[in-house]
Amino acid sequence: MRSRTQRKLFIGLVLVGITVAGAFAYRAFQENLLYFFSPTQVVAGEAPARTFRLGGMVLAGSFTREPGSLTSHFVVTDNVQSVGVTYTGVLPDLFREGAGAVVVGRMSGEREFAADEVIAKHDENYMPPEVAQALEKAREAKGE
Amino acid sequence: MIPEFGQLALALALCLALVQATLPLIGAANGRVDWMALARPAAAGQFVFVAVAFAALEYALLNDDFSVEFVAAHSNSALPIFYKATAAWGGHEGSMLLWIAVLAIWTMAVAAGSRSVPQEFASRVLGVLGIVSAGMIAFAFFTSNPFTRLTPPVTDGNDLNPLLQDPGMIFHPPTLYLGYVGAAVPFAFAVAALLSGKLDRDWAKWTRPWTIVAWIFLTCGITLGSWWAYYELGWGGWWFWDPVENSSFMPWLMTTALLHSLAVTERRGIFKSWTVLLAIAAFSLSLLGTFLTRSPVMISVHAFAADPARGLFILGLLGLFTGGSLLLYAPRASNFEAEGGFQLVSREAFLLANNILLVSATGAVLFGTLYPLFIDALGLGKISVGPPYFNVMFLLPVLPLAALVGVGMHSAWRMTPGQLLLRRLRWPAVGALVVGVAAPFAIFGAASALTLLAVTIAVWVCASSLLDPVRRLVLRTGAPLTRAQMGMCLAHFGVGVFMLGATVASAYNLEFDVSAKPGDRVEAGGYEFVFRSVRSVQGPNFTADEGEFELLANGKSLGILKPQIRLYQVQRSPMTEAAIDTNVLRDVFLALGEPLGADAWSLRIQVKPLIGFLWLGSGLMALGGLVAITDRRYRVATREARSTEHVEQPAAGAA
Repeated sequence: MRSRTQRKLFIGLVLVGITVAGAFAYRAFQENLLYFFSPTQVVAGEAPARTFRLGGMVLAGSFTREPGSLTSHFVVTDNVQSVGVTYTGVLPDLFREGAGAVVVGRMSGEREFAADEVIAKHDENYMPPEVAQALEKAREAKGE
Repeated sequence: MIPEFGQLALALALCLALVQATLPLIGAANGRVDWMALARPAAAGQFVFVAVAFAALEYALLNDDFSVEFVAAHSNSALPIFYKATAAWGGHEGSMLLWIAVLAIWTMAVAAGSRSVPQEFASRVLGVLGIVSAGMIAFAFFTSNPFTRLTPPVTDGNDLNPLLQDPGMIFHPPTLYLGYVGAAVPFAFAVAALLSGKLDRDWAKWTRPWTIVAWIFLTCGITLGSWWAYYELGWGGWWFWDPVENSSFMPWLMTTALLHSLAVTERRGIFKSWTVLLAIAAFSLSLLGTFLTRSPVMISVHAFAADPARGLFILGLLGLFTGGSLLLYAPRASNFEAEGGFQLVSREAFLLANNILLVSATGAVLFGTLYPLFIDALGLGKISVGPPYFNVMFLLPVLPLAALVGVGMHSAWRMTPGQLLLRRLRWPAVGALVVGVAAPFAIFGAASALTLLAVTIAVWVCASSLLDPVRRLVLRTGAPLTRAQMGMCLAHFGVGVFMLGATVASAYNLEFDVSAKPGDRVEAGGYEFVFRSVRSVQGPNFTADEGEFELLANGKSLGILKPQIRLYQVQRSPMTEAAIDTNVLRDVFLALGEPLGADAWSLRIQVKPLIGFLWLGSGLMALGGLVAITDRRYRVATREARSTEHVEQPAAGAA
């Protein structure tokens, strides 16, 4: 780029591009941040009205479904508080009672959560790290 | 005995890597030919010992030596023999050994292929590769030794993670590593140039073929991973913006930018310091990827349960390599003078735009990947960044990038009259606009603005890439195309095909979760599924429920689909094996879920139009790279090398 005007034009265009991209980035980012909450936090009213992630153990013996239906209901707990979850769809391979799970969705009532997605991605201890931490925190809070 | 032998070999490899990392560099700085001549034999010796170590691990795996901790943790006597061999990269320690082995292969290749390069420069390149290798072997040796014994030994192993018991596992990790680790080669060339202070067009010419080869492997590795995720892990998804996927994708984006920037440096002698920076960034992102997957910061199928010491060690190496090279870079950057200028409408300008857009895309992915980690590290809560962020932020730079591909490849170096470009490209542009807007409506009946835009750009990329080959090969007019140009056209055509596949498969994907009993007929997405039965089948190390479905379209049978849900016996974990009916234009994907009671099963049915274009397009990109490296100027360089080899041989032998 030889001339000074061309160089200025170029730098100007790049700056405009960066600003526009930055604005888009900020919006896309804000809209797609998913916060994680434990059942204790949800019961304490800390969870937002928008979509968030809820995580804990799937309470043993809490899983029910209408025979033949895709809709299932189970309880997610951090051993202190618990929240009921309703989900319609195919559950992931690693979903099981007594193991950790993270569900994405929003509150549908008092202590009731409607999940759009169930994530059972975890290590060999069947425990997503967020859930392990949430359980730890709940245990400490209870102990004190 | 054999595992101890492997460990000893690893220790010797470390010693030779240290020799390779020091003496040739000191020799190059002081002009001592005998010290420089140590580079190749040290590299060869290191290669031999790394190979011995790897063979020792394979021996332990194939012979079910459960007194070795790694074998006990990642294999089992009932595991099919194929997977016993591939279990070597099914766990952290083994995959680090694979990393080292792949680097040793690259180092050998560079040692053999750099004979046409001045000895001083080759010694520096091999020396830098030696530093990288020494760091990684030390990492394996001190924090992740695959040969650690287990006392007392166990009678049988814990089995390989069922997700990894798949043919995709044989090819995906080694191919990806060949690409990932291959980024170390342009990095070594860049650091060698910084050390010598000589960065000219020859440098770019030497670096370019290595970069292309690494890029080809990276392209194939990521594609294989995506394909594997599609049929094995993801219930039909092919890209999740998972942090680990991102960490292989970011080096790909950077290497792609580097390829284009190297073209400018080679042809025109400009963008020099920028090219060096890209080479450093590409390798740093590879190391960052290794760090992300090998530390406890994230959990995914790729992350093996990790210990913090390992993460710290890799972070230290990352700091050393990146920080060290940037320290070399900072005072020298201004020394690399541009050898010419260019106009606003010229190939250089379009390649500059390519680089800016690719770097922006990388930045967006990097930000989305690291932000949750920072927030977590600062104790501000657990957040995750959803895929829509990545989709928007990735498309924002990539759509204009793709649109510019067609113009850029038809513009000339230095300057191009806009009139000429307009005249050459107006018909492909008009054609792309007509097809891109009309076809989605004609075929699918509806389309969003984004779909129309993406399809138009994809068709435009395809059309403009074919312009020159068609003119030359079909109409027999115009100048003959070099292999490099053919490769470029092919790779860009692949980009268009990929975009078309990605757009159509995402926009017109049909997905249904249904409940069905044997004997039911399910209609979904224009297809009919006759659920015949579910029966138990016995695999070598699993039992499975296998569904049998007949797939029909318009009353005509298309075949039988047999999705399975497997229960692996050792780890007691269930795995879905989807059944896919594939043809060029669409995939019909059927997965069997869990029993719902009352004889019913959950099913996931997906119809994905043009998804095959994803793999086809990626394959064409890689093929384009392959064609490009057979270009005459690289072959001439090799031939020159071969004729000088006889002269150099005695010197190397004496050392």
